[in-house]
Amino acid sequence: MPEAELRGRVQKLLAEAHPERTDSITFRRKQFEHGLAWVHFPEGHGGLGISPKQQLTVLDEIQKHSKVVHHDPPVSTIGIGMGAPTVLTYASEAQKKYHLPRIFSGEDIWCQMFSEPSAGSDVAGLSSRAVRDGDDWVVNGQKVWTSVAHLSSWGMLVVRTNPDVPKHDGLSYFIVDMKSPGVTIRPLYQITAEAEFNEVFFDNVRIPHANMLGKEGQGWRVAITTLMNERVAIGGGGPKKKGAGGIAQVVQLWQKRKPGALSPAQEVIMRDRVTRAWMENELLRVTNQRARAAQKSGNPGPEGSVGKLAQAEINKRLWELAIDVLGSDGLAFEAGYELRQSGFEGRTAEALAKYQFLRSRANSIEGGTSEIMKNILGERVLGLPGDPRVDKDVPWKDVPRS
Amino acid sequence: MPADFVFTDEHDELRQTVRAFLAKRSDEKAVRATMVGERGYDPEVWKQLAEELGLVGLIIPEEHGGAGYGPVELLIAMEEMGRALLCAPYLGTSVFAAQALLTCADAVTQKELLPKIASGAAIVSVAFAEPNGRWDVAGIGLRASGTGANVTLDGEKTLVLDGLCADVLLVVARGDAGLELLRVDASAPGLSRSAIPPLDLTRKLARVRFAGTPATRISSGDQTSSFERVLAFVCAALAAEQVGGAQKCLEMATDYAKSRLQFGRPIGSYQAIKHKCAEMLVAVEMAKSAATNALFIAAANEPDFVEAAALAKAYCSEAYYHAAADNIQIHGGMGFTWEAAPHLYFKRAKSSELLFGDAAHHREELAKHVGL
Repeated sequence: MPEAELRGRVQKLLAEAHPERTDSITFRRKQFEHGLAWVHFPEGHGGLGISPKQQLTVLDEIQKHSKVVHHDPPVSTIGIGMGAPTVLTYASEAQKKYHLPRIFSGEDIWCQMFSEPSAGSDVAGLSSRAVRDGDDWVVNGQKVWTSVAHLSSWGMLVVRTNPDVPKHDGLSYFIVDMKSPGVTIRPLYQITAEAEFNEVFFDNVRIPHANMLGKEGQGWRVAITTLMNERVAIGGGGPKKKGAGGIAQVVQLWQKRKPGALSPAQEVIMRDRVTRAWMENELLRVTNQRARAAQKSGNPGPEGSVGKLAQAEINKRLWELAIDVLGSDGLAFEAGYELRQSGFEGRTAEALAKYQFLRSRANSIEGGTSEIMKNILGERVLGLPGDPRVDKDVPWKDVPRS
Repeated sequence: MPADFVFTDEHDELRQTVRAFLAKRSDEKAVRATMVGERGYDPEVWKQLAEELGLVGLIIPEEHGGAGYGPVELLIAMEEMGRALLCAPYLGTSVFAAQALLTCADAVTQKELLPKIASGAAIVSVAFAEPNGRWDVAGIGLRASGTGANVTLDGEKTLVLDGLCADVLLVVARGDAGLELLRVDASAPGLSRSAIPPLDLTRKLARVRFAGTPATRISSGDQTSSFERVLAFVCAALAAEQVGGAQKCLEMATDYAKSRLQFGRPIGSYQAIKHKCAEMLVAVEMAKSAATNALFIAAANEPDFVEAAALAKAYCSEAYYHAAADNIQIHGGMGFTWEAAPHLYFKRAKSSELLFGDAAHHREELAKHVGL
């Protein structure tokens, strides 16, 4: 679509509803109706069927006319980034009509329930069961690492519907009303003493058959749609400007270090570490930029795939460095370890460094461990042979598990 | 305007042309034959690079007989040359000397020497480093005695790229104006040159001694900051060459891991090897980002070029070295033999890491620029 026409459409939206004069939900509802929510989605489903790159034009035009921009509501990331594309691809027309506008507006928060206590990296090995009973499926089992479950209206759920076939073939995918009887949500306190995640328990939870996305036994394929969008969301992040983001915080700590706290030799070593961190963060930014350029020119290369792995490892090193820069001050943890459910706001640079030092350990675990990402890079990008899979052709019920 | 990293169809074509040429004229057999010769390059290949491909004068403006291309095309050429381990005076003559002339030399000298470089008629080397082992302009101690155009030199330069076969030497020395660029012809009296037995046989180095050697001033005024930019440019180009070498090491290691069987299956199916390859891939992609960033910034004439070049040289030096080292490890015993190729890349990687300053030196430069 010509850029001017698209900008014209944004102006029409702004004439009807303006972010400075309406609340976020109302504005985003209108944005959806105008096809400006996800411009690459089809018309009638929040989009215009045009290139996803043109979404940037929409944002730019809104920013030009308003100081307030209703960015993705922070707790809606999962619904907007992962739920919506899955619903668009697999749900019925009626479900799309109902859910897509509510996801985009932030009226409905969504969560994703794939991982289980005994199925982390091997998501397809999961053991939560659903058994058909009339028009419903009855679900029993436990999920883990579920962000924002306690705030969610809807959840994306993968469960086993057939244990007698190999693991990938016996799964089905549902969307589930999180207020259903039998759903219990418990905060899962982490290394930071905060609970970003939850455990979710299913005790004879009934889900209507109509809420199955894809066909029975095709749950893995649907789940891949969700997971691909997750890695895009995680890997594509990182600083957009040179020296910005986490590295800016660490450089600030470095520049404000106490004079004399480090010996001359330590000073040299630490400065080299700060410089390395600066380099790595800059190269992460440039690599993401190269990936976008390659995608634009239609020759996507491996630069896009390395993002998630590189970012996880670099981010861990960054915050290890931060706490080392703090030196003796790193011994204190002023925020305390009182168990709490949500992140505390307005951290100082020091408090942020300590929090991130602990939190970043998850970077190489969540959304695919670094080890799994290396397998993916090795096999899919470099074409190395796969690991022998002992469970590949074995019925799920016969696979040993702990 | 930030760099956009977009390669055009012409760029892709250039890469294919250079790659196809080097596949024929700089395969492993050719590299091995050339590297043991004293000259260190094949004059016929050099002639073809100059006349048929226009690569020798790639960054030399058309008015001086060159191709008139810029840093992005240089990035592509250097990556391919690094990949093929080309033995040629390219870095020393086509990049270092050409850039030094373009940045620091007077118009008369440019007009005389640049066409000779572009046509392949003359090898021109820059004599920069001194026995103190430093790679920054502040480390230059050689004095140019005398006033006016003609001066004399007494002292020593070392690690001169292709210094033994150079027809003309461009000497960086201290004169009345500060840092100056001088010209010394190969036939000048009091000039003696000797080969330095190189760690990396594919790149020839020489020691040059001056004893009352006449030289000509070809720059005017203090060239300190100009020459800093020249060094940054050479480092960025070398970083691109390192990327090409690292990429090749990754491909060699991956290919070998797919075909070599142990305990009844390809070694690449074992995570210990697969993960090493994946880590190489990440490092190679990051190195590519570093070199690409530096040369696109050079092309856009951005003020942070010197900083980007330091980052590129620092990162690519380590990435190439580790890729070359891991390539040997993945090849196992075979990787340690003279007959297999990994050691050729390993030696090039180490010497490229040390040439023009090691990674620590360039991180120091970067830290200064960023204010760390």
